[in-house]
Amino acid sequence: MGMYLDTPLFGVSISIIAFFIGIYINKKTNKGILNPLIVSSIIIIGFLLYFDIDYEIYNKGGSMISFFIAPATVVLAVPLYKNIRLLKGKWFNVLTGITLGSLAGLFSIYILSKLFKIEATVMISLFPKSTTAAISMEIAEHIGGIPALALAFTVLTGNIGYFMAEYIFKWFNIEDKMSKGLALGTTAHVLGTAKAMELGETEGALSSLAITVAGIVSVFLIPWFMKLLSL
Amino acid sequence: MESLKQFSVILIILFSGQIIQQKTSIPIPGTVLGMIILLFLLMTRIIKIEKIERITNILLEHLTLFFVPVSVGIINVFDKIKDTWLPLLIIIFVSTLVVMIVTGLTIQILNKHTDKSKKGA
Repeated sequence: MGMYLDTPLFGVSISIIAFFIGIYINKKTNKGILNPLIVSSIIIIGFLLYFDIDYEIYNKGGSMISFFIAPATVVLAVPLYKNIRLLKGKWFNVLTGITLGSLAGLFSIYILSKLFKIEATVMISLFPKSTTAAISMEIAEHIGGIPALALAFTVLTGNIGYFMAEYIFKWFNIEDKMSKGLALGTTAHVLGTAKAMELGETEGALSSLAITVAGIVSVFLIPWFMKLLSL
Repeated sequence: MESLKQFSVILIILFSGQIIQQKTSIPIPGTVLGMIILLFLLMTRIIKIEKIERITNILLEHLTLFFVPVSVGIINVFDKIKDTWLPLLIIIFVSTLVVMIVTGLTIQILNKHTDKSKKGA
């Protein structure tokens, strides 16, 4: 089997086909946790394990698809540019909120990881998990984490944020649209934005803006935080 | 050809970001630098949004697909998490709520303060 698959065509084809199956299952079941990324990854991992194919063989084609993450990260500037007027006169509040929120998240990860004796590289891969996948993987790579783990943690974080947001807002009396939208984008990136769009157009726009702003904040904050704790 | 033209603009910006990153060795990923460069070019109207809107939509629409191969890469690092998956799940759950609560409450409190001082003035 292996020799037929030792071409980029294999990785590209199975990724796209599995992704369409993922979209189909997601639409049919209408369950957030069965999102196309999770479903297609499980299908491909199952296929590779069953036929005993190395990841490296799959990734000959896979890397051609991963290539597009970089240009897609650059164009994340566009939603930020489109909505930046919403932050007029509130920049200080917004940056303070996002920075404090992200910092509190980092401390909670650090303390709990020490408590549970989590291996250092795994803990480091947890740090960027609230930022959007493209940025989270880049940060993980930069600080000595594992991009694939960072991606898995990031997707999980997005799902938790999506499901818990409305309870959190109720329990902690977070009521104004700006705080809700920005908290969602900062915490749960794209999935948070999906929830924010369900809440309203303003929340959605603010959330998509927060993805990029929080990403940039984390790029500076995480290395600083690690220096602070001399990790 | 229009999409391809727009794509080449993005690639040039991306390349500039990577080169600046390597030249200056600042701790910001080249892709994020590229994003900041594009934001700057848009804000200063050096690049009009129409000039890159089409490729933006194409890329962002397929964003999830681009992550599939990396996500499959977990197969190589599965050993690292198979004994600690439950504590990891707890850590991820708790820290996610912490970020959401602190971010939301801080902005809400500061905004109330800002609005009050505006009304007072």
